[in-house]
Amino acid sequence: MTTEGDLLHVVTANDLSPTRRAAGRALIWGSFGLLGVVAALQILNATGALDLGFRSWRPTLYGYAFWGTCLCIGQVMLKGEQGKRLVFVLPAALFTVAMVVFPLIFGLTIAFTDWNLASISGRKFNGWDNVRQMWTDPFYWNALLNMAWYVAAILVEYAIAFGLALVLHAEIRARKFFRVAFLLPLMLSPVAVSWMIGKSMLEVRFGPLARLARWLGWDNPSFFGSPEIARFMIMAMDAWTFIPFMMIMLLAGLQAIPRELTEAARVDGAGPWKTFWEVTFPLMLPVSVTAILIRIIFKLKLADIIINVTAGGPGGATDSVTSFIFREYRDRSNVGYGTLLAMVYLVLIVIFMTVLMKVAERWMRPRT
Amino acid sequence: MSEQIFRDGEADLGYRARWWLSRGAIYAVLLLWALICLFPIYWTATTSFKMAPDVMQGNMIPFVDYTPKWLGWRSLGLSPDTIGNESTVRAEFLKRFTNSAITALASSSLAVILGSLAAYGLSRFSYRFGPMKNSDISFFFLSQLILPPVVLALPFLVLYKELALLDTRIGLILLYTLTVLPIVIWIMRDQFASIPTELEEAALVDGLGIWGAFLTIILPIALPGMVAAFILSLVLTWNEYFFAALLTSTNSVTLPVMVASQTGSQGISWWSMAALSFAAILPLIVVGVLLERYIIKGMAAGAVK
Repeated sequence: MTTEGDLLHVVTANDLSPTRRAAGRALIWGSFGLLGVVAALQILNATGALDLGFRSWRPTLYGYAFWGTCLCIGQVMLKGEQGKRLVFVLPAALFTVAMVVFPLIFGLTIAFTDWNLASISGRKFNGWDNVRQMWTDPFYWNALLNMAWYVAAILVEYAIAFGLALVLHAEIRARKFFRVAFLLPLMLSPVAVSWMIGKSMLEVRFGPLARLARWLGWDNPSFFGSPEIARFMIMAMDAWTFIPFMMIMLLAGLQAIPRELTEAARVDGAGPWKTFWEVTFPLMLPVSVTAILIRIIFKLKLADIIINVTAGGPGGATDSVTSFIFREYRDRSNVGYGTLLAMVYLVLIVIFMTVLMKVAERWMRPRT
Repeated sequence: MSEQIFRDGEADLGYRARWWLSRGAIYAVLLLWALICLFPIYWTATTSFKMAPDVMQGNMIPFVDYTPKWLGWRSLGLSPDTIGNESTVRAEFLKRFTNSAITALASSSLAVILGSLAAYGLSRFSYRFGPMKNSDISFFFLSQLILPPVVLALPFLVLYKELALLDTRIGLILLYTLTVLPIVIWIMRDQFASIPTELEEAALVDGLGIWGAFLTIILPIALPGMVAAFILSLVLTWNEYFFAALLTSTNSVTLPVMVASQTGSQGISWWSMAALSFAAILPLIVVGVLLERYIIKGMAAGAVK
């Protein structure tokens, strides 16, 4: 996928008239100037130097959108054919930069302040205080540890998903029915799932799963009482919604394996068990790694179910980082500290994912 | 090996027994997992027709164990006898429902448009933004997938407040577009890469421009992929809870937030909660059953190269 160099060659007589190029340049810089002027006026207004009656920063936003549009048009006027190509990528790039890079930089400036939205004093720069607070915050470290557990649970999910994919890949009747049935949990919103399963089916008195547990001989089923069981329940609910996702990816991988390979293995006298481990599994390795990596990315965002079922309890045993920061904001309106925790989490994730991807790449190379 | 006439030797019988055993095991696993997948949905659907004693006795099967009642749906104002009347609960529910529908549809469309354009560009031309080449630009887009929502949530809270976008649908739409854009680009890049460039070359020879070739030749071919990306985005944005919970308060509350706010209160009855949950998941169940093909296609796109 990393093709450098044009796949599509277009030969055009690129004789753009100087006036057209000048107009293009004027359009880009003119709109940029407009954006600058609007932003400057807004800053003056915000600091109170001028009273222009702006109630929000929206004019700057409109300025940015206008500049983005003019930039796209200007590129075509300025560069002709090359500009037309740029216009394919430019809108998405401008959008992403505006929505990610700018808020991230802004977030960094919040992270080192003491800013409680509920207090009147507003925002104060407090240097490394937030970092020190984080260092001694047992709940944050606990949440990080929980994330490690949650990520580890992916291996079990992977095993189940692989098994289901194999079963779906076998020659069965009503394959379409089973595929749709297996896919459905993925469609459901985690919030609805947390009521359907977490709050009603696991309800201690009347829930069907509690009844089942009693019938199986567990006298006083309590699914969210002890930390271990509560954590396991969260894992199970999250697995329930996301196993279809891995299953579909693995199924696609299985279907891409040519039948001749497994048949050849059988002719050579390998049993099903051996065929799986010696032929299917190694061939599935790249797909497996992709599926697991994507699943880890989604798992690291895990929050909705926790927020709605246990709210982190008992005693923070089920907290994920996201749900912890969510409550930090909801209960204490602590924007500065919450942002710092999120930023640290981001750094950890980026390091973790980079290492993981490098390891996966190195590990896969000799086999493929 | 000599030609075998009778297939009732010791080894053959053993083989057939093993075959039946494996069949049985496969169907047992399939049925068990289908039960695990479908039972919560069945439970929610039936509970919405139950009354208090039915819930307490653990009745499961409608018409056999208990007589279904419209209790849960009446509390939403959606039962047959209340559907004609004015209902504040229903108005509230419908408002949330439209909010969810508009944000999900708009953000998915926006993401598919922006993402397809970018993916097409990246799969056909080489760019250079400063030091960034094509693979770096692709990585820049895809790396947004790693970004956890918490990191953006609090800065956006403050920014949206300044921009007067808090509690508006536009604000949510923009954010949701951002969250699904990498997925769309990932799927679409794969789609466009599988379309041979000879098609555009022929179109260009025939006098179309790049954009003309893209819009009239390539887009129709890539349409199934776009539908897959759109449906996948729709599922993710419809179910999104975290941003909606933080950034909305009254006007633009989406369905998941409404469901969540009802679960919090202990006094709420099971049947109305079940009705609400079921109404919230129903659209996507319908989508899942009808468009399963596209969803699978979308998810499989990145898996197999």
